[in-house]
Amino acid sequence: MATVIEPTIFELSSPGRRGVKMPASDVPATALPPKNLLRSDLPLPELAEVDVVRHYMKLSKFNYSVDDGFYPLGSCTMKYNPKINEDTCRLPGFLYTHPLQPIETVQGNLALMFEMQEWLKEISGFPGVTLQPAAGAHGEFTGVLMMAAYHKSRGDTKRTKMLIPDAAHGTNPASVGMLGFSVITIPSDSRGNVDLKALEAACDDTVVGMMLTNPNTLGMFDENIEKVVNMVKDCGGLMYGDGANLNALLGIVRPGDLGFDVMHFNLHKTFSVPHGGGGPGSGPVGVSQRLMDFLPAPLVGIIEEGDHETAPLYGFVTPKQSIGRMKAFHGHFGGGLVRSYTYIAMHGPDGLKDISQYAVLNANYLQARLRDTYKIPYDRICMHEFVMEGQFEGSDIRALDISKRLMDYNFHPPTNYFPLIVHEALMIEPTETENKDTLDRFADALIKIAEEAKSQPELLHNAPSTTQFGRMDEVKAARELVLCCWLPENYETMK
Amino acid sequence: MTYIPISPAERDAMLKTVGVKSLDDLFDAIPKKHRFPELNLPPALTEMEAAAHLGEMASSNENVREHLVSFLGAGAYHHYVPSVVDHMLRRGEFYTAYTPYQPEISQGTLQAIFEYQSLMTNLTGMEVSNASHYDGATATAEAVNLAYAQFRGKRKKIVMSPTVHPQYREVIRTYSQGMGLEEAGDDASADLEVGPEALMSLIDDKTMLVVVQYPDFFGRIHDYTKLIEDAHAKGALVCIVANPTALLMLKTPASMGADIVVGEAQPFGIPLWYGGPYLGFFTTKKSYVHKMAGRLVGETVDVRGNRSYVLTLTAREQHIKRERATSNICTNQGLLALAAALYMSTLGKQGLQEVANLCYQKAHYAASELSKIDGFGLCFMEPFFHEFVLCCPKPASEVNQYLLDNGILGGYDLSKDYPALQNHILVAVTEMNSKDEIDTLVEILKEMK
Repeated sequence: MATVIEPTIFELSSPGRRGVKMPASDVPATALPPKNLLRSDLPLPELAEVDVVRHYMKLSKFNYSVDDGFYPLGSCTMKYNPKINEDTCRLPGFLYTHPLQPIETVQGNLALMFEMQEWLKEISGFPGVTLQPAAGAHGEFTGVLMMAAYHKSRGDTKRTKMLIPDAAHGTNPASVGMLGFSVITIPSDSRGNVDLKALEAACDDTVVGMMLTNPNTLGMFDENIEKVVNMVKDCGGLMYGDGANLNALLGIVRPGDLGFDVMHFNLHKTFSVPHGGGGPGSGPVGVSQRLMDFLPAPLVGIIEEGDHETAPLYGFVTPKQSIGRMKAFHGHFGGGLVRSYTYIAMHGPDGLKDISQYAVLNANYLQARLRDTYKIPYDRICMHEFVMEGQFEGSDIRALDISKRLMDYNFHPPTNYFPLIVHEALMIEPTETENKDTLDRFADALIKIAEEAKSQPELLHNAPSTTQFGRMDEVKAARELVLCCWLPENYETMK
Repeated sequence: MTYIPISPAERDAMLKTVGVKSLDDLFDAIPKKHRFPELNLPPALTEMEAAAHLGEMASSNENVREHLVSFLGAGAYHHYVPSVVDHMLRRGEFYTAYTPYQPEISQGTLQAIFEYQSLMTNLTGMEVSNASHYDGATATAEAVNLAYAQFRGKRKKIVMSPTVHPQYREVIRTYSQGMGLEEAGDDASADLEVGPEALMSLIDDKTMLVVVQYPDFFGRIHDYTKLIEDAHAKGALVCIVANPTALLMLKTPASMGADIVVGEAQPFGIPLWYGGPYLGFFTTKKSYVHKMAGRLVGETVDVRGNRSYVLTLTAREQHIKRERATSNICTNQGLLALAAALYMSTLGKQGLQEVANLCYQKAHYAASELSKIDGFGLCFMEPFFHEFVLCCPKPASEVNQYLLDNGILGGYDLSKDYPALQNHILVAVTEMNSKDEIDTLVEILKEMK
């Protein structure tokens, strides 16, 4: 029998215990619906407020977070989330506005959304932006739908192939799969760029386009980016930019200027929306002129121009050949757009450039400090992240062991086993919000771990040993599939 | 304002270690003619200025707590959120953590999601719940994906009731445009008075999924048992889009035989927030778990024998299966799943039942009083939960404008989506509406000329 460190909320329940009560009804009573429409039982926990608070406090202490320490998770941009964002997104004017209110009553929200569209256009170099997508993958799906709609509108129906580099995030091919297109994988060359020969061979009149993350997941800015874009465009394809790594490019280069046609932003990476243990994110999408008409509906636009005395009237507009609606209502307004708007407003053009410059400096500094200890397969000036191999000659230590050992040094591990093209990959993204001392302590820990791998490998195999929980039996979880629990009195019947 | 904690001296030391002279030298790989664009953005604000600026924008809205009395629902509901919910959500340990890929140091998030899954399965009566979707509409679209995968594309017809939320139907049409689906039933000009059995004639041996809403978009409570029996006899799956507050009182979709139960869990502790982020829930039967999209937490033990939790069945997901994944979803609504779990835990079984009962009682009082006004009436006779269609003597837009002039946010104008319902508004009443507010609404409408 497993030891229980914290009971579940169901196990903590005791029949008759009360939490928050609702007021008594102030209207004359109405009979309930006929019995055959009512549920017979509501098997949910019964707790006092203090039980709930202590339970979740305990759970919170089982977590490692950015507020606890360094979180160098590659491609995830785990930067510090400014606390002021938490206050602005909870202003009553934002919290208590209904998405279907008349536009005249929500001009503050619409002005914020309109400005946010304009700012994202300026930052990315695209003439059109939708704020509707809920997350990066949702933005990708939006982008791929627009690419499909563009070709279809031209009667160009033989295009069914999407070119995707081997270093791409899994969401890229998965988004393409949702539309039934096939994926052609393009290899990377020895410098971590798109292999131009392979690209040339794949470019023909059946290509929908290419989905490129730049800088890519090796942390490399493609040195031939203009050639790559031109080759795809010359065969009639469209160029998709995965904006997951935009934290390297603010004020550095605009994907729209490089010739991309469409790109999603991850507001939860680049623009400080906290990751929330897995979401919510926010994934606006920018597009070039030729895709503007296909943007999802609705967008925020100016319905009546203002003048120097009156503000314009903002409202919703529908693009001519819109792909339709991607979700209910208008996007992740409160928890996404308001936080990012606050963040961009507080940075301005110079502050944004600083973000990317220091994100890139921090990554290069760590790369320089670790170069002599760990193999870096694509070793040149990196952007905001870099990838090294978590293995040593003549040792059975793997990237996983190094990751787990880092927890004993009180660091969150890097992303591991990604990108797939690097053996035992450890992908490190420090972000701009870490100081030199933290980076040095992290590098020192990794250098020490490399020594331990030789002298005391069991320390790595058995890691983590100082955390509240040890390594998990993932096979048992997948085999037994215990996916929910019940109230103690229902346990035997439900199990 | 900057959040960069590096001094100029430290910067110079770091540049030296890297082997470059300046920050700009780090960007040689970028085409020179596009390098370092001047961004035309407003100059940076300090925290104090940003707080004031955002405060001004927020207060230029008319909100439903301070300025307007709201009877608007239609998929987003104004409910009371106990204080505990936001206090716990503001714990940095929860909101600044990533997806729990490293279970040893993420048990807080993992156990909280496991408990969320358990709360949702106990609420719906279904066997499994995933860790969330973007919202109710996209969760419904993922039900279509599940059905498509279940029949491996051999059945391509969906039958969708016109009384599913219009925006949800739109999202399904957007999502499925690459699948070549045949759609039936999704006709807003159909006879809206007939019961769910009317859909039966549309279900055939090509049908993969039937989608209905509970209570339906007009607030009506239907028992879908017969419809589901018929669909199952023809081999189709059935998805019920459910309102979680209504499920606190009503017969569970599982007891009607539903295969998939999805919906919008915003009513459970998530603010209106002008439409998002909200929380799509997705529950189904265990037999479909391998076709289900989204993250899933399962129970296990660690090497020390502690009961613990991990993300499981990840082989379904995009980072392993790439283009053959069941969905491309990666980021979900983790923190809002925590909000829903906190909401359900803090109110507890009895508090939740009180919420449902208050919604029901107040909505019925409002319906009864409104229908007594000359020229007004209830459009449908079926039992309803906390929303109902009010037939008015004038076009809905005029009624709503009149109400707004009197400080009331009226119901949803149905004429936009249903051509037959030109003078009809969908009125929502929750525990937030006092008897006084309802009486005021009635008085104002009595005086409408």
